[in-house]
Order: sequence, then structure tokens, then C-alpha cells
Amino acid sequence: MDCVSLCQVVQNLGVADPSIARFIGLLIGVLLVSGVPLLTVVILIWYERKFAARIQDRIGPNRVGPFGLLQTVADLLKLLGKEDITPASADRILYNAAPILSFGSVVMIWAVIPFMYSANPPGAYVGVDLDIGALYFIAIASLGTLAIMTAGWASNNKYALLGAFRVVALLVSYEIPLVFALVIPVMLAGSMSLVDIIYAQSSMWFIFIAPLAAFMFFLSSQAETGRAPFDLIEAESELVAGFNIEYSGMKFGMFFAAEFLHVFTNGILFAVLFMGGFLGLFHELIPPLGFAWLGLKGALIYLCFLWLRNTLPRLRIDQVMGFNWFFLVPISILNVILTALVLKLMQVAGWAPTDFASATFLEVLPITVVLFAKDVIMIVMIMGRVVLEGREARAAEQQMNEDLLVTAAGD
Amino acid sequence: MEVASNWAFVGVFLIMAPIFPALPILAATLLRPSKPNVLKSQTYECGVETVGDTWVQFRVQYYIYGLVFLVFDVEMVLLFPWAVAYNDLDLFAFGAGFLFIFLLADALIYAWKKDVLVWK
Repeated sequence: MDCVSLCQVVQNLGVADPSIARFIGLLIGVLLVSGVPLLTVVILIWYERKFAARIQDRIGPNRVGPFGLLQTVADLLKLLGKEDITPASADRILYNAAPILSFGSVVMIWAVIPFMYSANPPGAYVGVDLDIGALYFIAIASLGTLAIMTAGWASNNKYALLGAFRVVALLVSYEIPLVFALVIPVMLAGSMSLVDIIYAQSSMWFIFIAPLAAFMFFLSSQAETGRAPFDLIEAESELVAGFNIEYSGMKFGMFFAAEFLHVFTNGILFAVLFMGGFLGLFHELIPPLGFAWLGLKGALIYLCFLWLRNTLPRLRIDQVMGFNWFFLVPISILNVILTALVLKLMQVAGWAPTDFASATFLEVLPITVVLFAKDVIMIVMIMGRVVLEGREARAAEQQMNEDLLVTAAGD
Repeated sequence: MEVASNWAFVGVFLIMAPIFPALPILAATLLRPSKPNVLKSQTYECGVETVGDTWVQFRVQYYIYGLVFLVFDVEMVLLFPWAVAYNDLDLFAFGAGFLFIFLLADALIYAWKKDVLVWK
């Protein structure tokens, strides 16, 4: 059941003209689907502020409404009344378009996210079950990058421009491990449709089959949203506020909301790609429970994003770029190669299913164990190398310092 | 028909998605005060007047990152059909896709050896 079939429902209700019925059906579908992110963003901001406060040993918002739940509403009302200053030298059209593009692109991702189980026709309640859903996600997510770039460029401010240039380097680079990590669920499920990817996980979540890919996806989507430790596009200590420095009032509010929503959307996508989406106890018996499972898994991953953000300090730009190009990208390529090789060998030998959607738990178990072990070995080898190199670097540094001391004493 | 309807939904979404953020911004224009003056609408620059033009030529480094990204992204789009068909592939087709990934890895090694990936 997707929103396209809503057109038929509208037609059955008595709207005679099929094209009008179709349009109304699609419109209702869009409102239903986008209602979910638009409503959650209000709670997300509260959730994030509370969690960040707890990590920093504070209480967080607790004055407006019960547990401070209405704080976001109060902030929204305040933002509505704030004066909105457009710098005289800014490129007005692009300047005004950027926050709209930024928020709109995040909302658009939700068109392909499956919400709950549907028995008739078999499938899922989803905005639209595109057969290139994963590719659609990559394409739309890049629009957000474009919005940040546009904002930085159009502001005609040097800080903003520096932020925009860092976007080119940072967000664009981290898209590569993201897409490579995405190849693996697509490979296992044999489909780019997110509904098919969910059903391919009915006997085993992909996070157990491909933990390394899941980790890559997690890290690079944290970087894609431009959050600490990768928040160089708005690094306060270097660029004051980066790309959004000239924005005020509701336009700034839109960037702000888009960032929160983007992080949560990534959490939901992680849940869909690696944790079985709406699959869970009784998801077939009571479909809304599936929706709750999806929300729960998404919220859990969102919590991990926040945890990472609030724990680690901001990295330097050369460290961030080095981490991507010399660490994440080679490992993600290697991971795709090894996973593909091992899986194919197992399939040829008959120890792995060729169709994960209809495979039973016992059929999936051997390949899960093998691929999990492969990922553990990879991680151990990589971390061992990192530790060794760090040790060598420190030893060399110490040697250099001692040499300097000796030279100084000699003088 | 089915495919066309699917993309019609995406099309309607594409029109509707900018409306959600545009509405609060428009509502704000009705509610907020608007008293611009010369000082307020200056470019922000930590309390001093901004010097020189902002839209100048920039370092080529960023362009190189963009270029390397383009190589990877375009080639990865070609990797997805292979991944979709993966479970049904025979060994020959599998090997062909594999060769393609090695070419990708080769591109990375080339850029690495050329020293263009180090942030300077």
C-alpha cells in the first residue's frame, strides 16, 4: 500500500474526474508522509537538548510545559517575531532559496521510507516504493549539501564562503564511504527498493551480516550532517558560525530544523538499511506497532549520533580529510571487495542463500557468522595497524625531542 | 502506468517540499518587525568593515577534491546495477564487476600516489 493507491481510494469516494482524483490522492499522500518528519522535528529538538544537557551534567529545558516539552514551541514563536536581516551585498535569490532547499531536501527523503507492514497488497505503508529507493536517497541527500554551499556563497561574507568551501571538501568527500556502505545492503537484498531491503532482513538484520558497513554508514552520515566531530562547516572557533553566519530569524531557524531532521532521518535510514526497519515483534499482527519499532530503532541510532557529537571534540580540517581519504575510503572499498568475494564463494558452495527475503534463520546463519568474523578480523587488523603506527610516531617524536635536548645541552 | 504514478508522487512531493519551509518564513515576514538600516545590512565581520571582494578566485585544492569525488561517484552509480543483480550473477559477470571495483581502487591509489589527497 503506497500513496499512489490512495488515488484509487479517492476515486472510489466519488470524485469522478480521474486526473483530479489522482492529484488529490497524491496530495493527501504527500501531506501524510511529510507530516511525520514535520511533527517529529519539534520533539527531536527537545530530545537533543535534554540529552546534551544530561551529558554535560545540566538539567536542560525544564520551564515551559511538562519536562520543558513546549520549549521548542516557545522558541519557534520567538523566531517568528525576530527581525530578519538580509545583508545588502548578498545575492538575494540564492540567499532566500538556500534555507528552503535545505529543509525541503530532508523532507523529500521521507518519500521512500517504509513506515509499517501492509497485508493487502503485501508490502509496506510507504510514500512510494521506488525501485531505485537507495539511489533516490543519495541524490536527494546531496541536495542538502548544495543548499549549504548556496547559503555560504550567496551570503557574500568571508566566513560564510570559507564554510561553503569546506562543504565542497568535507561533505562531498564523506559521501564516498556512505555510498560504498550502501552498496552492501543493496547487494545482500538484491534490490535498491527500501521495502525489499527491509524484507530481506526478516531472518537476520544486516547489522549482524555487515557490521563494518553499518559502522561506515554511521560515521559518514554523521559527517554528512556536519556535526561534531566533523562540524567544520560551522566551526565556531574558526568561522564564527560558518555558512549560516548572515542568516537570522526564521531562515536561520529552517537551517537549524533541517540539521536536526537530517540527523534523525539518517537514524531512520540506518534502521531501515541495517536494523530491519519496521520488522519486530507482532509487526504483522498490529501494523502500528511496526511504526513504533521503526521509531524506536531510529531514536536509538539518533541517540548514538548525539552521543558521538557530545563526546568528541572537533577535529582539524586536515585530520578530517585524512581520516576520510586514507582511512574510510580504502577500508570501504576493501570491505565491498571482501564481502562480495566471501558471499559469492559461499553462494557457489551452497552455504549461503541467494534470496535473503525467503531464507530461514538457519540458512542465513552460516554466512552471518562468516561475514561477521571477517569484519571482526578486518577491524582488529586495522586497529592494530593504527595503534602500531601511533606508537611509532610517538617514539619518533620523543626521539626527536631527546635529540634536541642533547643538542641544547651540548651548546 | 505504475512507474509513471510513482514518479508523479515524487513530482508532487518535489513541488510540496519547498512549501513546508517557505510557509513559516512567509508567516514570519508578516509578524516580524522590519527596520533595516545601513549599519544592520552591512556584511558581518567581527566589528570591523569588511575589506575587499568576497567572491575571489580560490585555491585549486578544493577543485581537485571535487574532481576525485566526481570520479568515484559516477563510477559508483555504475556499481549499483551490479549490486542489485549480485545474487543471480554467474562467476563471469561477477568477475567483471569485480574488475570494475579494482579500477576504482586503482583510481584511489593513483590519487594517493599523486599526493593530491593530503590537505595542504
